[in-house]
Amino acid sequence: MSRLPPAFRRVPVLIGFAIVGFWIVCALLAPWLAPFDPLHSLQPLAQPLARDGQGHLFWLGTDMLGRDILSRLVYGARTVIIWAGLATATAYVIGIAGGLLAGFHRGRIDRALSFLANVVLSFPVLVLYILIITKLGASGFNIVLAVTFASAPAIFRIVRALTLDLRERDFVLAAITQGESAVRIMLLDILPNAAGPLIVDACLRLGYTAITIGVLGFLGLGLPPPTPDWGGMVNEGRPMAFAFPHLILFPCIAISSLMLGLSLLADGLRDGRPAAFKPGPGGAGAP
Amino acid sequence: MTAPVLRIEGLTVGLPGGGDRVRAVDDVSLEVRPGEILCIVGESGSGKSVLLSAIMRALPRGLGQLGGRIAVDGVDLAPLPERRLREMRGNSMAMIFQEPMASLNPAIPVGRQIEEVLEIHAPALPAAERRRRVIELIADTNLPDPPAIARRFPHQLSGGQCQRIVIAMALAMSPKLLLADEPTTALDVTTQAQILKLVRRLCDTHGHGILFVTHDFGVVADIADRVAVMQDGKLVEIGPVADILDRATHPYTRRLIAAVPRFTAASRTPVDATPCLRIAGLTKYYGPVAALDDVTLDVAAGSTLAIVGESGSGKSTLAKAIIRLIEPSGGGIEIGGRDFARLRGGELARQRRLIQIVFQDPFGSLNPHRSVGTLLVRAGMLGGLSRAEAQTQARHLVARVGLKPEALGRKPLAFSGGQRQRIGIARALAMRPSILIADESVSALDVSVQKQVLELLAEIQRETKLTMLFITHDLRVAAQIADHILVMRRGRMVEHGAASAVLAKPSHPYTAELLAATPGQIWERTRHRLFEAAAAEIPSL
Repeated sequence: MSRLPPAFRRVPVLIGFAIVGFWIVCALLAPWLAPFDPLHSLQPLAQPLARDGQGHLFWLGTDMLGRDILSRLVYGARTVIIWAGLATATAYVIGIAGGLLAGFHRGRIDRALSFLANVVLSFPVLVLYILIITKLGASGFNIVLAVTFASAPAIFRIVRALTLDLRERDFVLAAITQGESAVRIMLLDILPNAAGPLIVDACLRLGYTAITIGVLGFLGLGLPPPTPDWGGMVNEGRPMAFAFPHLILFPCIAISSLMLGLSLLADGLRDGRPAAFKPGPGGAGAP
Repeated sequence: MTAPVLRIEGLTVGLPGGGDRVRAVDDVSLEVRPGEILCIVGESGSGKSVLLSAIMRALPRGLGQLGGRIAVDGVDLAPLPERRLREMRGNSMAMIFQEPMASLNPAIPVGRQIEEVLEIHAPALPAAERRRRVIELIADTNLPDPPAIARRFPHQLSGGQCQRIVIAMALAMSPKLLLADEPTTALDVTTQAQILKLVRRLCDTHGHGILFVTHDFGVVADIADRVAVMQDGKLVEIGPVADILDRATHPYTRRLIAAVPRFTAASRTPVDATPCLRIAGLTKYYGPVAALDDVTLDVAAGSTLAIVGESGSGKSTLAKAIIRLIEPSGGGIEIGGRDFARLRGGELARQRRLIQIVFQDPFGSLNPHRSVGTLLVRAGMLGGLSRAEAQTQARHLVARVGLKPEALGRKPLAFSGGQRQRIGIARALAMRPSILIADESVSALDVSVQKQVLELLAEIQRETKLTMLFITHDLRVAAQIADHILVMRRGRMVEHGAASAVLAKPSHPYTAELLAATPGQIWERTRHRLFEAAAAEIPSL
């Protein structure tokens, strides 16, 4: 990661970094940034910028239970970043392990793992989530479990494809002819060289997972109330959205901004990461 | 005198900032006359490809023409609008690229692709006439059965056939000027000889002016009328081919020419005859296809065996089978009295250090994420040394292959192709092998760097009594380094014998064909005389 700075010289990447950084700061400093307790009922359905009798200013208004929407968004950042981050990380650990094994050893291991991955991928993702969470109950742990189960196969396929390619590179063959152990080849020779595309995918996937947690919240399968959760906020505000658009407008903006930030960041990481390989041999190429 | 088809005056192309030099092409002036082949030679980075792009007015992004004038067929290109330029490309000038497969569209029959050129540049031509012209063009490149070839897709043709189609496309509008960028570098030597003959014939009969970029002095000797030598973007010397090859005045040209390997077997001290490697009946099948068919040979300890052959001959398969990167289907590989082909699991991993390989591509054979020091120390430890011993050895090896001690802390991206190949050699040596396989290890290098690496390998062999298998498609390189030569074709051994015998009196017609196709043989004779004369002068000095 020490080589990243040049990637940040471009404006869109800076914007992405700023948005993601903003939400991370919100998540970390929620108790100090949020003007109110996110669970405390003050005045139901206050409009944005309204003040209540005690002179409290509600920047983004309040929901039907009278909770400050700004405070809930700030605390909601915590929910989404912790659980989306955790779920993506778990999915990656499993996907990478499987992908490396299948791509490196090929043969029977590859056929078995690929078959499993294809079976999981053949289910519509949403159906999988609903099945897992209705069966096991709504909790942070089960969300991580569901997301891992549904995303790991896709990550597995990316890692496997990259490994199949890298495995035939001369530096991997050189390590094999040196009698290097398979685990060390996978972790030291293959994985670091596959990291570029994986970092980009991880950024995008983190965004999808944030949306997924939002969707699960919206479907009522998210974290149990009253935990502040952006998707859950949209769901709760939906019946009264026509009269009080601010109920769903701000949570929606929060979700899309995080997604946008992660996408911009992913673009920057993709373009800014130094290419691990120069084009092949041929003394006659351009200088 | 006829007017030149290409006239370049003071051409200067700037490089984007931050590089080690400011100009890709620096004040180059030259002319190409009709019916003349001007070869541009130079090492990688000399600016020869940029010069071609500048003539086509298709400079890569970031490069800009800073000054000078380019006139094709008397027309100055600079003030022309893009639309006029498109007419010029194809009509007045055409380009032949290095990779024939890559310059054809794989989804369209080749005849159709030639027809497209005619459609664009001669829309008035009736369809029947156009098709007749396509067949004529294909026939002109000596391809058999032109109507059948025209219907084929690029993947159904060989590399040499594709290159002929590319040439036919370039010739479609009979441009006055042909630009050829290493058109034979990607081809086998026998195919190369045919294409060179074709280019020469087309030039002589149709009177095209040809600017032919190459790095191969053998090709230059066979095809050029005049030669221009480029170094760091500058034109250092230009003149008739005989003057440049035999009486070059510029020290850089002399150095380049001196680095071209001689095409006669170097005299080598005979080595002791105990075999270090015995291969018996080695085969490798892919389905019913034999990639290796019953290869049997002994390699004497401390000697060098060159394995030569064209692409698809099985020479790399043989190397990979010996080193167990692919599993042989049958046969034995005996190294130091043990059957290496039967080793399994941990035993194989422990014995692997005995036989090491240096790969072809200097950019792909080192993990870009690990420093040279880590790489060498790990290799030493896998070879059975303690960490401290491996560190001492790594310092020693880096010095041995001619790199500075600071190299240990750097990652491969910081090194040039030749330096990386030295690192690759050091990595192989760190395992203290008894056999070293060099798989086209100098093919991707410039001729002067190639010479240094070959010398390094020879020195190391003298010091350590290493047995070497040297896989190459270049008979000149084989002549320089080998005690014995094995010629392979379609997975079979065609000829195997002492290098001097194989090169002087080939017993198999295929070997003779390969030898005859190696470019620059007439030049070799005059060169030989010059060397003899130089050698005769030395005692008197």
